[in-house]
Amino acid sequence: MSQASTEIVRISGHAGPVAGAGLNREFRVAKLVDTTTCIGCKACEVACLEWNGYPFSETTFANSYQTMPETTWNFWNLIKFNEHERADGSLMLLMRKDQCMHCEDPGCLEACPADGAIVQYANGIVDFQEAHCIGCGYCMTGCPFNIPKFSPARKVFKCTLCNDRVSQGLEPACIKACPTGCLHFGTKAEMKEMAETRAKQLRDHSGFPDAGVYDPPGVGGTHVIYVLHDATNPEAYGGLPKDPHIPWTVQLWQKPLKWIGNLGMIGGVVGVFIHYLRFGPKVVKEDLQESDGGIK
Amino acid sequence: MSREPYLLPNGRVLRYTFRERLVHWLAGVSYVYLLLTGLAFWSPWLFWIAVVLGGPTVSRELHPWFGLIFAVGLGLMYSLWARQMKETPADKAWWGAIGHYIRNEDDQVPSADRFNPGQKLLFWGFFWNGGLLLLSGLILWFPQYIPWNLRFLRLAAVIVHPVCTLFTVALFIIHVYMGTAMERGAFGSVIRGDVSRAWADSHHHTWYQQLLRDSAAKK
Repeated sequence: MSQASTEIVRISGHAGPVAGAGLNREFRVAKLVDTTTCIGCKACEVACLEWNGYPFSETTFANSYQTMPETTWNFWNLIKFNEHERADGSLMLLMRKDQCMHCEDPGCLEACPADGAIVQYANGIVDFQEAHCIGCGYCMTGCPFNIPKFSPARKVFKCTLCNDRVSQGLEPACIKACPTGCLHFGTKAEMKEMAETRAKQLRDHSGFPDAGVYDPPGVGGTHVIYVLHDATNPEAYGGLPKDPHIPWTVQLWQKPLKWIGNLGMIGGVVGVFIHYLRFGPKVVKEDLQESDGGIK
Repeated sequence: MSREPYLLPNGRVLRYTFRERLVHWLAGVSYVYLLLTGLAFWSPWLFWIAVVLGGPTVSRELHPWFGLIFAVGLGLMYSLWARQMKETPADKAWWGAIGHYIRNEDDQVPSADRFNPGQKLLFWGFFWNGGLLLLSGLILWFPQYIPWNLRFLRLAAVIVHPVCTLFTVALFIIHVYMGTAMERGAFGSVIRGDVSRAWADSHHHTWYQQLLRDSAAKK
């Protein structure tokens, strides 16, 4: 958005066409994760912790490279390892960098009741403003990727896509640290094109006929996209949902139910008021008031 | 049975005992707090309510605790009233005459026992919706302990909680309207406990006649 101030629309006293007018600049950014060239070195995990100032977390041992089961409130970037057996019996070690996907239709934002706690920027970054978070945890229910997590103070944290760096023209810390070049950062259009090119390469030359790009349309596309060897089975990559959506109960609750409920509540109050105007209060048989309650 | 309602010497009738009134207001006050803070989280247009009530984080923090208080209130109400709230065959006729009841044509409405069928609906509506609100509320309170593969519980809770609330709001609006405006004397009965004999005979004829017979039998 800071770039917008360098784009000229009109110039005073200027003869001829305006240089650069009508340019359509792509503000939307994306992170590309090519799982086929990831070596699982976890440099991105370290870079994320370093840049954001979080400590190394306690690790667990589960007979695999997976040193932590899932991302936590202060560990936003985690490689998910999966020893995947292919149809022909051969083994593949699938590695996927898991983090917030920065959905175009963010379920967290849809579910959040707190004013200003979640914002979506024009470049596609979905960011949490912890100062406004009330700790209800609805974002955790709205998210199809299991990303937002409570801190001990019951505020929700997650990957910011290095919004602080990106707004200054830098790439995210994880991108900076990747030694194999499996991580890329740029405009969404560029990343999408690069991903498609890589997927085609995998299909045509590397014996992965099902290779493809993961940019799920169910959430309007994401600002973190993956190249997968087998795009037909994203679940194998540490539980990447095949067709993520904002959960239908969240959508039902946020859209039609609110209208039905609001109309119902207003209607109820107006209804009893009109009833009072029309019929008034119930009357008691006052004759009993004085007589000391004889049996009728 | 001194705790049960009875005829007062001053020509009035004890409608609700101290214990009943206390439990009613335990549930009533906690429900109003739950409703106000709940409405704040329900609509951005009502978020200001949470600000007024001490800030949105405070409201979010206290809402579940008041939920527990309300649940205790419902449980105590159940122990006090469940028997008298039981549906009886006569209730059907009362519901058949609901149009007359609404139009205040009370001479055409079958006489009611201590609680009329409408009050029974209120009671059971609050009781069962309250139970579902408690269950879904506990899930919403501790989402971090619901494993990802049991996520459907969380997804169910976010819809069950507001739907049950809306049912109780419908009951609540009618309850407050009837208790304050439509039935004069009803509000006093749940504050001071007593009603006039005329009130008792008009609105709860069967109950009042039974009280009279009981007191006559005692003499």
